[in-house]
Order: sequence, then C-alpha cells, then structure tokens
Amino acid sequence: MNGIHDMGGMHGMGPVKPEVNEPVFHETWEARVYVLTRAIGALRKWNIDTGRYYIEQIAPADYLRMSYYEKWFTRLVELLVKTGMVTRDEVKTGLPAPGSPKSTPALQPHRVPVVSLDRNIEPSHDPAVRPRFKAGQRVRALNIHPIAHTRLPRYARGKTGKIDRDHGVYNFPDTNADGRGPKRQHVYSVRFAARELWGEQASQRDFVYLDLWDDYLERA
Amino acid sequence: METSRRGFLAAMSAGLPNEANAGGPQQDHQHQSVPSDISLRVKSLESLLVEKGLVDPAALDALVDTYETKVGPRNGAKIVARAWIDSGYKKRLLSNATAAIAELGFLSTQGEHMLVLENTSKVHNVVVCTLCSCYPWPVLGLPPVWYKSSAYRSRTVIDPRGVLNEFGLDLPEDVEVRVWDSTAELRYLVLPERPPGTDHMDEDTLAGLVTRNSMIGVEKIRLPQPKGDR
Repeated sequence: MNGIHDMGGMHGMGPVKPEVNEPVFHETWEARVYVLTRAIGALRKWNIDTGRYYIEQIAPADYLRMSYYEKWFTRLVELLVKTGMVTRDEVKTGLPAPGSPKSTPALQPHRVPVVSLDRNIEPSHDPAVRPRFKAGQRVRALNIHPIAHTRLPRYARGKTGKIDRDHGVYNFPDTNADGRGPKRQHVYSVRFAARELWGEQASQRDFVYLDLWDDYLERA
Repeated sequence: METSRRGFLAAMSAGLPNEANAGGPQQDHQHQSVPSDISLRVKSLESLLVEKGLVDPAALDALVDTYETKVGPRNGAKIVARAWIDSGYKKRLLSNATAAIAELGFLSTQGEHMLVLENTSKVHNVVVCTLCSCYPWPVLGLPPVWYKSSAYRSRTVIDPRGVLNEFGLDLPEDVEVRVWDSTAELRYLVLPERPPGTDHMDEDTLAGLVTRNSMIGVEKIRLPQPKGDR
C-alpha cells in the first residue's frame, strides 16, 4: 500500500536527533509491549509480514503521532483480537471472559534464549525454487502499486538497477501478509545508482541497495 | 480488500479504549487517539494475557533482561574487534556472516540471516530501513529512537551525505557511498575501519573502541582525544 510508512525520499521530517546514552527502553511500558509482542509472537499465530502489515494499516495521522511502541501496542491488540486470542471486551476490561479457555501453552522462560536470537526466518537455501535473475543482470523494479502489504518501496518503482547478489529463497511478503501463502521465491540485492533514483541532484558516487523479490523485477 | 480494510480501520479505532474520554485539558484535539495513560493500558493487557495463560510472566522478565543486559552493541563490537585482529575470521565474516557470527555465539544459525559490509577509505556503507525499523537485533540489540525516526528513514536514501554530515561525518566526494535499505529479511552490520594508531591494542581494548553508530555506518571510529585537545 502507498502508506505513510513508505518514507524513503520524503522531505520535511526534520533533522536526525540522536540521543546521548540512550537507554534500551525509555519507559517500563515500552519494554512490556516489546516483550509481550515477542512472547505472543513465539506462539506463531501470525507471521512477520502480517505483523508489519498491521503497523502499516495504522491511519497516517496516527502513525506520525504515535511513538514506536504505541504503534506496537496498537498492532498487538488488533492481532490478538483478529486471531481470536482475546476479545475486544476483554481488552477493555483487562479481565478474561468467564469460562474462556486457556488453550495455548505460553512461551516458557527456558525458551527465551532461543527465541530472542531466532526470528523464525526459514532457511533460504532451496534448490527447488529457481532464480529468475543472476548477479550482474540489469533489472527494472516494476511500477506497481499493490493496495495491501508490499516491500517494494515507492522510490524504487520503475527504476533500473543491477543484481548485486542472490540472497536465496524467502517468503513473498505481498501474499504472505494476508493469508495468500508464502509463494517462496528468490530475493536479490539490487544496486541502484542514486542518480537513477533521484536525478542529477544526487552524487554520482552514491548507490542504494534494496533487497527485492523476483516478483518485483523484470529484465531491463 | 477495500471492505476488509475499512472494517479494519473501524475496528482499529474501536480498539483504542478510553479514546473518547481520554481528552484532558492539555489535549487540543477531541479526536486524538494518543492514550492518556498507555502505561495503564499495557498493564491491563499484560494481566489479561497472563490470566488467559497466553504469556508467562517469568518469560517476559527473561526477555526484558535479555534485551537490557545480554543482547546489545557490545556483541557487535566483539565481532568487529575479532575481524580486525584475525584476517581469517574477517574473511569468513564477509563471505558468510551468519555462520561467522554464530561462531562467536551471538547468533543461532537458524532464524536470522546476516550480511557484513566492510567500510574502507574508498567505500562507505550505511544501513537504513525506510519502511520501518529492521535492525540486526542479535548483534546490536534494539535500534535507537533516531534509527526508527521519520527523519532518518526518509532522508538517508535521498541525502546520505547530508545525514552523515549531521552525525559529524564529512566524506570526501570520491568516496563511494552505499546505502543499504533493509527491505527483506537480511540484516546488515557494518564493519568499520580500524582506526590508525591501534596496532598495539588487544582484542578487548579494540572492542571497547567500537561504537554502535559505527556499526550502522553513520560514524567512523575515532580514538579518544587526549584531555584538553579539543
């Protein structure tokens, strides 16, 4: 979707403001939102692409106003409700509905060291899935505007670059995010000249690399 | 799609409890959706999830502890220091980062795919996620706020030198700048240049010099200045 989250190349966002000695979490509730999301995520009720899609569907004005972990909290509530793990009434009251089952075994502490280092990205080596392109080939990112989730940023659409390397096989976010299946395919690092993306104002010595799926690309 | 999206948005606003009555005197928009007390709402959700058996409080505490004390940029710094002193390791790191990082125990070889980019006097790499906040958690911990900010996400791809300049890094025009937009599941760690004058240093001392920002690619590593030199 052509959402507010797709920010590459936008103007008007001000200077970057690094914070000296920044803590990992600024508030206790931020830490809780993060770990709740990870602990529930470990139950595998939704995949990483669906998770991203639910952040992207936050209305643009809210997206810009909310802090990072407020967005995470909103997503967590929506996905818990969508997957039927909680009801909206339960969220409102903070109390389980009478007689609601305790069906899912929760993430156990002994699994935390594993879970915290493992995002559940499946192995990318799969000889059964053939690549459509190889390193060195010139490709064009399609000029497409999917209404739902996509990982092809607007600023690269219609632009021509060169396959830098083949990363192997990954789930296709556009279909994986909304239940249409993983449609596994090759992902490539594609090197674009900054001038191809931004015109003459860009430095001739600048390049932008994007990781793009087979279905986003055509031969150029 | 359109129907379900509308449904989603309706559900989304309905899903923000206390939205209607959250407006205090300090708030200028009646329709605002920033909660008056998100901390209470998070507590309430956590207790609900615990009650329902969906999360185990001990696991939550262990996760907080992991990200506050165990997983962070010190891990990345050790990888960098090892690569500086051990050319064989550096070679493995640049050719198969996931396996080389797993050697040091900072990564399981399953579930995370890493790439390491070497900065030199001719090529400068910098990492961004324009679409959100992708970041190599196991080696750098959770990203700083600026990395997730609209400013960094929007500008780094269109004006990398301007952004780097704000971090105090003024690159000569003949240096090639490579911006890596983390649009897929690959996670990037920059291998910064070893600063001159560090030949005598051991691995731990070197690791102590490596900053988080240098491993994102927004700064170079400088030796601490002697007092009164600035």
